[in-house]
Order: sequence, then structure tokens, then C-alpha cells
Amino acid sequence: MANSDTYAGVSSPANGKVFEVETRVKSNTEVNGEYRLLILDAPQRVLDCQPGQFFHLLCPSTLENAPYLRRPMSIYGYYPEKGELHFLYKVTGEGTRALAELLPGDALNVLGPLGKGFSIAKDWRHLLLVARGVGLATLAPLAQEARRRGRKLTAICSARSPEVLMSVDLFRGMGAEVITVTDAEGSSGMENIEAIIQGRIDVGEVDALYTCGSNRMLRLLQKIGAEHGIPGEIALEQQMACGLGMCQCCVRSFRRNDQIVHERVCREGPVFDMQEAMAW
Amino acid sequence: MVDLTTRLGAMTLKNPIMPASGTFSEDLAGVIDFNTLGAHVTKTITYEKRGGNPTPRVCEVRGSMLNSIGIPSKGIDHFIQHVIPYYRQYDVPLVVSISAHNADDFARICQAISVPGVDAIEVNISCPNIEDDGKAFAMRPSTTQQVMTRLRGASDLPLWAKLSPNTGETIEVALAAQEAGADALVVSNTLLSMAIDIQSRKPKLGNLMGGLSGPSLKPIALRMAYQCSKAVDIPVIGCGGISTVEDVVEYLIAGASAVQIGTATFINPTAMPNIISGLEDYMIRHGIADLTELIGSVRDDDAADSVVFMETAP
Ligand SMILES: Cc1cc2nc3c(=O)[nH]c(=O)nc-3n(C[C@H](O)[C@H](O)[C@H](O)COP(=O)(O)OP(=O)(O)OC[C@H]3O[C@@H](n4cnc5c(N)ncnc54)[C@H](O)[C@@H]3O)c2cc1C
Ligand SMILES: Cc1cc2nc3c(=O)[nH]c(=O)nc-3n(C[C@H](O)[C@H](O)[C@H](O)COP(=O)(O)O)c2cc1C
Ligand code: FES
Repeated sequence: MANSDTYAGVSSPANGKVFEVETRVKSNTEVNGEYRLLILDAPQRVLDCQPGQFFHLLCPSTLENAPYLRRPMSIYGYYPEKGELHFLYKVTGEGTRALAELLPGDALNVLGPLGKGFSIAKDWRHLLLVARGVGLATLAPLAQEARRRGRKLTAICSARSPEVLMSVDLFRGMGAEVITVTDAEGSSGMENIEAIIQGRIDVGEVDALYTCGSNRMLRLLQKIGAEHGIPGEIALEQQMACGLGMCQCCVRSFRRNDQIVHERVCREGPVFDMQEAMAW
Repeated sequence: MVDLTTRLGAMTLKNPIMPASGTFSEDLAGVIDFNTLGAHVTKTITYEKRGGNPTPRVCEVRGSMLNSIGIPSKGIDHFIQHVIPYYRQYDVPLVVSISAHNADDFARICQAISVPGVDAIEVNISCPNIEDDGKAFAMRPSTTQQVMTRLRGASDLPLWAKLSPNTGETIEVALAAQEAGADALVVSNTLLSMAIDIQSRKPKLGNLMGGLSGPSLKPIALRMAYQCSKAVDIPVIGCGGISTVEDVVEYLIAGASAVQIGTATFINPTAMPNIISGLEDYMIRHGIADLTELIGSVRDDDAADSVVFMETAP
């Protein structure tokens, strides 16, 4: 069953066409002390992706690690012309430890592309994203898409120290303006980030805000967005089993029309409206 | 050509493979062809709208998983208006799983759901999450009989009673369900379990306890399917830990007339269609013309072939 590669169903509205396919590892290398870049040789049909979507990876079982469920991973890059699918991941537990052991030539079963990605409305000329840590993985394809559509993008990249700032070159390479803030330099505090964004808003250069991950960042961007009437989107995480919308384990709470609603991160998300998202 | 059809009372399925409730939904149609399945079984619904349990709702244990999803339900109106019509596009029987807190509510939803488009009702009297402390109707013969009798009076559709492994009275519960008019038994639901994070010392599930599913449940559910099929005359549908063709064949030999596949679909969404074609290959390879040659063919009056180690023998 591991080498199954089937598509027979009709596409469902949110997920579109989803495939369970066997890919080959091209490379799996350390990016810096904490992160690894996994490059897969993937069939064309899974490379029709949207920024913000994810794949569900069947991490291999090794001597020490035997992950059972799949692991969700944002698409860090998709390149139909090269037949490549990229993931940027942090080794945290059993599943990602097993991933880290993959060698070039090894097989990896992936399911995707899954979920609903970021949107870029027609009149959003200037996009601003705030990324920290592995959140860069989720937001990087947005920069690629912004360039493809001729939008301006400012990326505020945050990290513990300048050494662990990843993807700065990647964002620059995609024509984005990059602002780096780090804990080590004392520039990554919420007040400073707020001041930077405020400066951009003052010169009329923010039409939409994007982020993922942290509570503090969500609260800050919600506040800024509400004050200035700037729309925004956030990519959220939740534990997953099926990744397809069947099991209902990945729900989160959202505020909509004065009600609290529950939505599945794997299906209605992982990208959600910034103002509807609730801090946790 | 081999014959994959199987009979469940008055129903005939084109093959014995169907999904387990709660591990299947319209969302899977983006990945597999629903027309290949023997039946469609929907997530348990309740009459009223209700929320599920707190997150985290799943965690993994060695080679298996626990869940405490609960039964988040959009209510029966939504189900009748949206879900049943969706499945009518397929030429596959639709089995609707229902639950309730008491016999009255069970009867109410059973009656309301007995509408065109529904081919059978699966009665989830075994979900460990909905009642306090994981108690469920299917833990005792008396409560099983009570609720199944009420349901029998509420619908003419085939009623499948889904049993629980959380009982010391498997056979008595199975007989009680049959007595009360169940048309088939689904054996079984998840086994009440727990996992604790030793770092934080917190339970890994938001609901403290949850149900074990996946490969480690299989020997237990297989034993129950065997016991039930020996005890009752109605068909038994095996469920628990199936992930390969060999698992299916084992359940059939134990006495199941069909099987449900749950957690395996989370690991490989294409598991069900793959197992169906794998079962066909298996039968061809072993010269088995139809499933009746397998169902209940366990040679339990013969001694096991393996060596008996005297040190560990009882
Ligand atoms: C939509 C989405 C996109 C993601 N993208 C990335 C990415 O690009 N790079 C990256 O490094 N990480 C990403 N994550 C987080 C990643 O899924 C977890 O780090 C990973 O599952 C941890 O597995 P583990 O076995 O190594 O850790 P363990 O802690 O041993 O995992 C135990 C269980 O908890 C789950 N889990 C643990 N942390 C998370 C988490 N943060 N989110 C969801 N489930 C979790 C695991 O899947 C597993 O089932 C993403 C999560 C989601 C939901
Ligand atoms: C996430 C999840 C949700 C479930 N929800 C239901 C449910 O709503 N009703 C029900 O009768 N069983 C439910 N079950 C139990 C399955 O139908 C099945 O009985 C059990 O998982 C054992 O089969 P498996 O090992 O093949 O998964 C659920 C199981 C899982 C894993
Ligand atoms: S992971 Fe199963 S519904 Fe989202």
C-alpha cells in the first residue's frame, strides 16, 4: 500500500485534487543548527499548489523512531518546472527526527496539496508579512506568488540571533524588501515591530498583513489591522490525524458575527482571517 | 472471476469493505472513488447540534492512536438537507450512524433519519466519549436490550448495533442486541485508553481518556468478532485495526461477513480501494471463488499448528 498512487475521485471544493503519492528524496540537508531543508522529486500533479497549503507526510519508521500518524508540513517551495517540492522543518520529536534521517534516493509518501492557502485580493498592491522561525516556511511561497502577480512585498523576519535568520536571501531573491529583527540585537520586541509596521502604514504601503504562528504576533497584527482597517490572514497549526477534514480533531475557535465557531485547520484552513482568529 | 459480494441480511454489498464511522466523510472523495466501496458509513450524528470535546483530540501511541473527538454534530436537519443528498450520487448503500444520551432520544433520531436515501442505521451504543466516565449502553446487556428494543420500534430499516470492547460481557451484549431485533453487529468501537506526557505530567488528550484504534486494537476486536459470530445468527461486521488484505481475510475467517476500515485511512487515504483490489488478487491467488468460502471458516476445533511451550501454557 505504501507505493499507492491513486487519483480517482471527484475534486472536493476546498481541497481540490489531492493525491497520495510516492516521492523521492533529492536532498535533505541542515540549514543551520535547528532547521532542515528537504527537497523531494515529486510528480507534476501534486505541484499545482497555493501558497499556504500543506502536505501530510508519512514519516518513515526507523530503528529509534516509529511515528504512526502523518505529520503536517507547510509547502516551503513548489517548482513544477524542476519537479520539486520543498519543506523546511525543525526537528522536534519522533516524526521530524525520522524525517531528518532520510537520505537522497529514499522514498517518501506524501498526501496533498491540502487546505486553503493565502489570498491576495486584486486591490492589495503592497503586502506585509511577519515571520519568525519555521514560520518562514509557510510564508515563503507567498513572496513567490506576490512577485508572480507583480505585488510589492515587505517581509519582517524575526529570529533569536542573526545567525538563525533563514530565507532572507530567498525573500530578497523574490524581490521582497526584507527587514530583520533579532532577540540578540533587541529588535524583535512587539513594540519595535509595531513601530516598523506603523511606519509603513504612514506612507501608505500596507494593504494586507500576513503571519503565522505566535499568539503575541496575532494580537499585535489584529490590533493594527483593526485600527487601520487593514485586512490580514494568519496560518494556524493544530494537531492532525487525517489532514483531509474527516476526523474533526484539528478544530480551532474563531469569532464570526459575534459567535464562536469551530473550524478545521486542515480543511477550512490552515489560513484564516486575521480578525476572526482567536488567541489561545 | 472471483465474487466479492457479501450478504448482510437483506442487503447485498458489492464487496465487504466499508469505512468505519468517524473516519470517513465527503472530504475523502477528493482522493478516492467512492463508487468502489461496499457501503458508505457516516460519522455518528445526534438529533441536536452539539460541540465536540476539548483539544487535543488525538494523540499517537506506539503504532496506533487515541482519540477523544466526541460527537460534534451539526444536527439532523443539516444532515438530511446536505449529507444524505450528497451520497445519492453514488450507487452504494448509505449507512447512517446515530447516537443519543437516552432511549427516547435514540428513538427520536432513529425515526427522523429513516428517510429515502438511507439504507441502514448503525447504532453507536458504544462510543466511550459521550457519556460520563466513558460509560456506554453497550457495556451491559440490559441497557443494550432496552435501547435496541426502542429503536426496533422506531424504524423498519436494517439496524446495526455497534458494540464496545469496554465490557466483560461481549457475548451477553451481542445476544441482547440480537434478541432486541438488531439486523447485524459491528464489532467493535474503540477501547477506552489513556496516555500521559511524562514531561508535563499532563494527560495527552484534552478529555483525559479516549478510544484506542489502529493495529493494536486488532487482536481484541478480532476476538470479539469471533465470539459474536459464534454466539449470534445475524451477520457480524468486523472492525478494529484493519490495515491490510491479510487483516480482512483474518476477520472473515473469524466469522465476519464484512469489515470496516477506520484509522488505516488516516495513514493511507487510498487504503480502502487498495484493499478491495488486493482482496480480489488474494482470492485469485488462493483459488477462492467467493467470500462464503472464507467467512467463519476458522478451524477452531483443530489444535494450533505452533509448538506449545509448556513453561507459558496455563
Ligand atoms: C498546517 C501546518 C503546517 C506546518 N508546517 C510546518 C513547517 O513548515 N515546518 C515545521 O517544522 N513544522 C511545521 N508544522 C509543525 C509540524 O507539523 C510539527 O512540528 C510536527 O508534526 C512535529 O512532529 P514530531 O513527531 O517531530 O513531534 P512530536 O512532538 O513528537 O509530535 C507528536 C504529535 O503532535 C503533533 N504535533 C506536534 N507539534 C505540532 C504542531 N506544531 N502542529 C501540529 N501538530 C503538531 C505531531 O504531528 C504528532 O502527531 C506545521 C503544522 C501544521 C498544522
Ligand atoms: C477519529 C475517530 C473518530 C471516530 N468516531 C466515531 C464515531 O463517531 N462513531 C463511531 O461509532 N465510531 C467512531 N470511531 C471508531 C471507529 O469507527 C472504529 O470503530 C475504530 O476506530 C476501530 O477501527 P480502526 O482500528 O480501523 O480505526 C472513531 C474512530 C476514530 C479514530
Ligand atoms: S486532521 Fe482530520 S479533520 Fe483535520
